[in-house]
Amino acid sequence: MAPVITIENLSKKYIISHQKQERYLALRDVLANGAKSVAHKLIHPFSSTVNGTYEEFWALKDINFKIMRGDRVGIIGRNGAGKSTLLKILSRITEATSGKVSIKGRVASLLEVGTGFHPELTGRENIFLNGAILGMSKVEIKKKFDEIVAFAEVEKFLDTPVKQYSSGMRVRLSFAVAAHLEPEILIVDEVLAVGDAQFQKKCLGKMDEAGRDGRTVLFVSHNMGVISQLCSTCVWLDRGEVRDIGQTGSVVNAYMLSGISDLSGEKTFTDDVEKAAQLRKVTLIDKGGSVAQKFDCDHPITIKLEIKVRKPVAGLYGYILLCKPDGTHVLVSDSFDGVASNPLDNLPVGTWSFTVIIPPRTLGHGDYMLQFSLASHMADNFFVDAPGIVCGFSIDDVSSKRGNQRTGFLSTLLDWSKLEA
Amino acid sequence: MDSQSELVLEAGKTERHYWKDLWTYRELFYFLAWRDILVRYKQTAIGLAWALIRPFLTMLVFVFIFGKVAKLPSDGVPYPILVFAALLPWQFFSNAFMEAGNSLISNANLISKVYFPRFVVPASAVIVSFLDFLIAGIILVGLMLWYGFAPDWRIVTLPLFISIAFVAAMGAGLWTASLNVKYQDVRYIIPFVVQFGLYVSPVGFSSTIIPEKWRLLYSINPMVGVIDGFRWAILGGNAQIYWPGFSLSLLLVLIILITGIYYFRKTEKSFADII
Repeated sequence: MAPVITIENLSKKYIISHQKQERYLALRDVLANGAKSVAHKLIHPFSSTVNGTYEEFWALKDINFKIMRGDRVGIIGRNGAGKSTLLKILSRITEATSGKVSIKGRVASLLEVGTGFHPELTGRENIFLNGAILGMSKVEIKKKFDEIVAFAEVEKFLDTPVKQYSSGMRVRLSFAVAAHLEPEILIVDEVLAVGDAQFQKKCLGKMDEAGRDGRTVLFVSHNMGVISQLCSTCVWLDRGEVRDIGQTGSVVNAYMLSGISDLSGEKTFTDDVEKAAQLRKVTLIDKGGSVAQKFDCDHPITIKLEIKVRKPVAGLYGYILLCKPDGTHVLVSDSFDGVASNPLDNLPVGTWSFTVIIPPRTLGHGDYMLQFSLASHMADNFFVDAPGIVCGFSIDDVSSKRGNQRTGFLSTLLDWSKLEA
Repeated sequence: MDSQSELVLEAGKTERHYWKDLWTYRELFYFLAWRDILVRYKQTAIGLAWALIRPFLTMLVFVFIFGKVAKLPSDGVPYPILVFAALLPWQFFSNAFMEAGNSLISNANLISKVYFPRFVVPASAVIVSFLDFLIAGIILVGLMLWYGFAPDWRIVTLPLFISIAFVAAMGAGLWTASLNVKYQDVRYIIPFVVQFGLYVSPVGFSSTIIPEKWRLLYSINPMVGVIDGFRWAILGGNAQIYWPGFSLSLLLVLIILITGIYYFRKTEKSFADII
């Protein structure tokens, strides 16, 4: 079978300017700098002109792969791995610095929810507009109009301006339009993050169907569960390069395993003066009091948090999520859990340390990732500091009879006692 | 689009698809213009009337200041008609210039998320201003009826001058649209240019009051040629056109358009990266 997408030696370079004082390029600065450098040249005709420093950043480096007709390809990788850049090049939003891409057939990209929706226009008007933006003809939209409306479940609100829609309705409508485009190649970037579970299921069904109709789907997601369910092949991008490509199962496994090894039991964060409160350091400490990444079920795991407060935040609380490498949530704890009232609320200026102790025989054996955030319902953006996944660790069950063969999420040993006859 | 056609994207070689794509995306062009028109008349409470009220009030002020207070010559036609024949192309140009100049920025989310020839965006902004122009044209017809002023055969040449105004607006709009993406302070310059342009263009007065020796220099403002052309076509035998100046204006309009397209095409590739 012939490939529908052939990517050869594809690279994309961005140039990052290090002139910190300028947030954006202004014509007056360009003119002023131009005049300055001319003046500089006149005064010192032999010295080189002083410019700001620029740094090259390769978002993609020499990417090569082929996608066959009807393939459902998952693209995975950490933030900044080049996934979005790749999709942007394939959907022609941006141009590659070098290399070549051949695409057979119409490409529809669903890069963000509600792109091209105009809030003042009604649902009906926006269907036409969005369809046209995605490359549908008026005749085509008219033909599919009823189907789109039914899929999006917005019949009652067709003549309501989209600004009054809920975010869920917007997602449904935009996905519905794109899903009915019937392109040969559909590019989807994380849309399923929004919308209720039922609608997500419907979207997956639609994408599944597209694949079976011989259409090609490219899907970017951080959700390994969805990737595994939907995609037959997977491309793992790491720092702009293809790290692995092949059967979804093996690529996803390799990716998840790297998740832990790339993380450590200790992480320090650089000062960010913009943040009122910030996690400066997190450490995982074992029974002996030293930093560790490997633990066993029989001893407590201490999470030590160092939090710097620059301005007291009303209602501030901490949030910890322990999850499996595949994203499954195992345990959530926040600073309201303790016996004392929330110790982070209105914490005075200074650097404070906290410990959170996971009791022995709580978590089952396996790999874990620790996600942390500081938030307040009274803060402007809710999140005060959200560093995301900060640590990784693994636990072994060394004492129970089954040991690491024990399945399930918990390692709690239950007491079995025989009642008197 | 032909579904079986193969698209080859190669660094630095997008040019050959471009004009073909523009044709492919002609419906999007129509939809964007349609959207802008819908939004425009939905957002203003008085809707369509706004397109009539604005030029009408401006005209009254100009007639009062230049016609009554300054008592400038009117070339033998009612002063309101003299003013309005110039105000029409001027408002078309200034609106189109402003709207096109801001069009890429206001469609930033679209540009950073979906591919289509970016040319469509400023072009549809110009089209929307053209609609306002047509609506405002009703006032001119009304004024002519009111003063019993009948145009002569020259009125049939009006579409020619309309297209020159169109080209001028498009060219200038393309320049500002691309500069606006790259340099974020351009949007503060646009209103100034428009305001300044109104004073240096012969809108409130006839360009015949400019001394003969300065006429050619005056025509460096491309709108002078456009406005003179409008007056020549609408006011009939009473208006004269200064041909050397008109040719200069016309030449400049074409240069602005061609360089505008060239600069827009050159910077277009990077729009999505910097917007």
